[in-house]
Amino acid sequence: MKTLMGLINLEHEHHVFNELTYFRNNASIPFAGRYRLIDFALSNMVNSDIHEVAIFARSKYRSLLDHLGTGENWDLDRRNGGLYILPPDWNDPTDVSKGDLQFFHNNRDYFDRGKSEYVLISGSQFIANTDYKEAFKLHLDRGADVTLISTSVDELKEEHTPYYRIQADDLGWVQNITNERRNPTLFTGTYIINKSLLRELVDYCIAYNFDNFFVHGIKDKLSNLKVQIYRHKGYSAFINSIESYYRHNMNLLDEENYRNLFFKPTFIRTKISNNPPVKHHNQSMVKRSILANGCLVDGDVEGSVLFRGVKVNEGATIKNSIIMQRCEIDEDVYLENVILDKDVHVTKGQQIIGSKDKPYVVAKRQEI
Amino acid sequence: MKECVGMLLAGGEGKRLGALTNRIAKPAVPFGGMYRIIDFTLSNCSNSNIQTLGVLTQYSPLELNRHIGNGKPWDMDRRNGGVTVLSPYTAKTGGEWYSGTADAIYQNIHFIDQYNPEYVLVISGDHIYQMDYRKLLNQHKQSNADATISVIEVPWEDASRFGILNTTENMRIYEFEEKPDQPQSNLASMGIYIFTWETLKAYLMKDARLTTSSHDFGKDIIPAMLEEERRLYAYRFEGYWKDVGTVQSYWEANMDLLDEGWGRSALINRNWKISTNDSNFPPQFIGESAEVHHSMINSGCFVKGKIDSSILFKDVEVKTGSTIEQSILHPGVTVGSNSVLRRVIVMENTEIPEGTNISAGDDGEPVVINQDILDGMLAMTGGEQR
Repeated sequence: MKTLMGLINLEHEHHVFNELTYFRNNASIPFAGRYRLIDFALSNMVNSDIHEVAIFARSKYRSLLDHLGTGENWDLDRRNGGLYILPPDWNDPTDVSKGDLQFFHNNRDYFDRGKSEYVLISGSQFIANTDYKEAFKLHLDRGADVTLISTSVDELKEEHTPYYRIQADDLGWVQNITNERRNPTLFTGTYIINKSLLRELVDYCIAYNFDNFFVHGIKDKLSNLKVQIYRHKGYSAFINSIESYYRHNMNLLDEENYRNLFFKPTFIRTKISNNPPVKHHNQSMVKRSILANGCLVDGDVEGSVLFRGVKVNEGATIKNSIIMQRCEIDEDVYLENVILDKDVHVTKGQQIIGSKDKPYVVAKRQEI
Repeated sequence: MKECVGMLLAGGEGKRLGALTNRIAKPAVPFGGMYRIIDFTLSNCSNSNIQTLGVLTQYSPLELNRHIGNGKPWDMDRRNGGVTVLSPYTAKTGGEWYSGTADAIYQNIHFIDQYNPEYVLVISGDHIYQMDYRKLLNQHKQSNADATISVIEVPWEDASRFGILNTTENMRIYEFEEKPDQPQSNLASMGIYIFTWETLKAYLMKDARLTTSSHDFGKDIIPAMLEEERRLYAYRFEGYWKDVGTVQSYWEANMDLLDEGWGRSALINRNWKISTNDSNFPPQFIGESAEVHHSMINSGCFVKGKIDSSILFKDVEVKTGSTIEQSILHPGVTVGSNSVLRRVIVMENTEIPEGTNISAGDDGEPVVINQDILDGMLAMTGGEQR
């Protein structure tokens, strides 16, 4: 039986999150009321029957460790396989690797010990609810060396700029990986590769002093490799800036989008918190919003995303905003187009208004 | 060795809960939007540092067993002790169903003896309350008692519905009366006992040999101990306590969570968390046409109608134009558009079609429906109900 092992590589991700990433890496940015960005990549792997996943995390990983724990919420707390969080701790004096090759080189054991002959590699910024079983089947049927997962976007936006575009022929063999801005076939950063080839390419990249495994090992060697494309269909998003983060949260307030992302047989899992159900008090007026458990609402909430344990007091109004975990909004506060990071306390009578294109962001643990 | 082992009685059928316990044991009945009734006692145990617990099951235990699992949500997944589900079993010398509360403990003496405890806490899994059993245990130790029974003051006019304990001034119990016509005290037994294990064990063995005994703590063990003038003391508990024995009291206990007072803080008290085997559903979605007041709503819900004074469990959908009042909707229920539910308890995965109107009378018990009952109702009225 041919199986996959997983790798979430957080190196070389594109991001401009400012306040939201002062104290955390982008993989652990909270999203959609109770998730963190990495939950999508991780759940998709688990839903693809992957039982061992490694994570390459270079910096600001405290909140990531806290979130993932033993991996039990993803059924990755296993005797065989499971979750391997691999921070940069390495002591090989002969090591000359650079960039993400440092991770590949110093964690060869992960690949050597795993029984799977194929590896699914992804980042954390492609948000979708899917499994890669079909892509894996295609990879095997075609006898490919590498299979790149792509998605097509209807409308090209700012957030799509940094991603590679794929040109493939009618049989799905990839001809070119480019920066051609008008090509709507985007590489999602997720791909399947044969493990023996991965080892070989890691050695090659290190030998030639390269610092990016995908760019130098696969993209630049395209003509020597059999690379397939697998086209992902269904709801998806790329999140790599405050603007795209805000917009994609807001998009979920459309019931169809919300159902497409979350209400499918493949479930997106996250850390379970045991917060009580949301309490809507007498004065509450909630419309077109998503609210996570543990919230206490006694004010007006419209077009907003409330994370776990947010308290909205009487007379407060929250419009088109994202309010993260355990924020407290006092009486008669008015918030519009605002992103509050965790544990922010907005005191009585305050007004904060941002713009749709540039929401006002408040960093963690502040009192305003 | 453990100082105190807990034994949680969870085998009851709960006949008076009607359809709610058709397929599941009473302690496993969904409660409070996210929990099951037993979560309150399980959480009391873990918050009171009772880390070794036997849960005695008998009636329809599937859901209950799955819910408890390895005890992880209550931090009872432990190598030494932790939670153990104790179902009836067969053995070389017979083995049989638990014939009473005392018999259930008697048949598991070997389980308790493994831990060689000094005390045993006996509780049942069908009450809603938050209690620190350590205080009970402390009083038990200080008074050097053989048994300590937790009591709560009930209104005098209700006293004849309870098991009443008559005590001296220093709380020593001299008499136990089950549902007395002329109560002499208003201290009702809460069905929570601490025994000195050595003493209890002797009484259990003696009771097991009596063919006339019903093997019940309240009816047999406590009276036998009183007869022999053992040291029995009452421990006075102050706070919220509710026996959810009937549909009416089940509904009331749920509604109490919406109210000020106990309901305000019960579930958000950081020092006394109520834990459960939580699901991983996405946050609730409140639509443009929704109006929600004075209600509790769990994850995975889609709300587009009016909700007032109600409790929605996970994965419930209420469509546009519908009104839900004073009702409890269990997991997976869908309510079609333009329907009205008043004082209705809807059981798991029931699909209520568009335009259905079900209301309980103001004075009667709330209506309990499941898919079968609903289909019967709709067939009888030939859709009149719509």
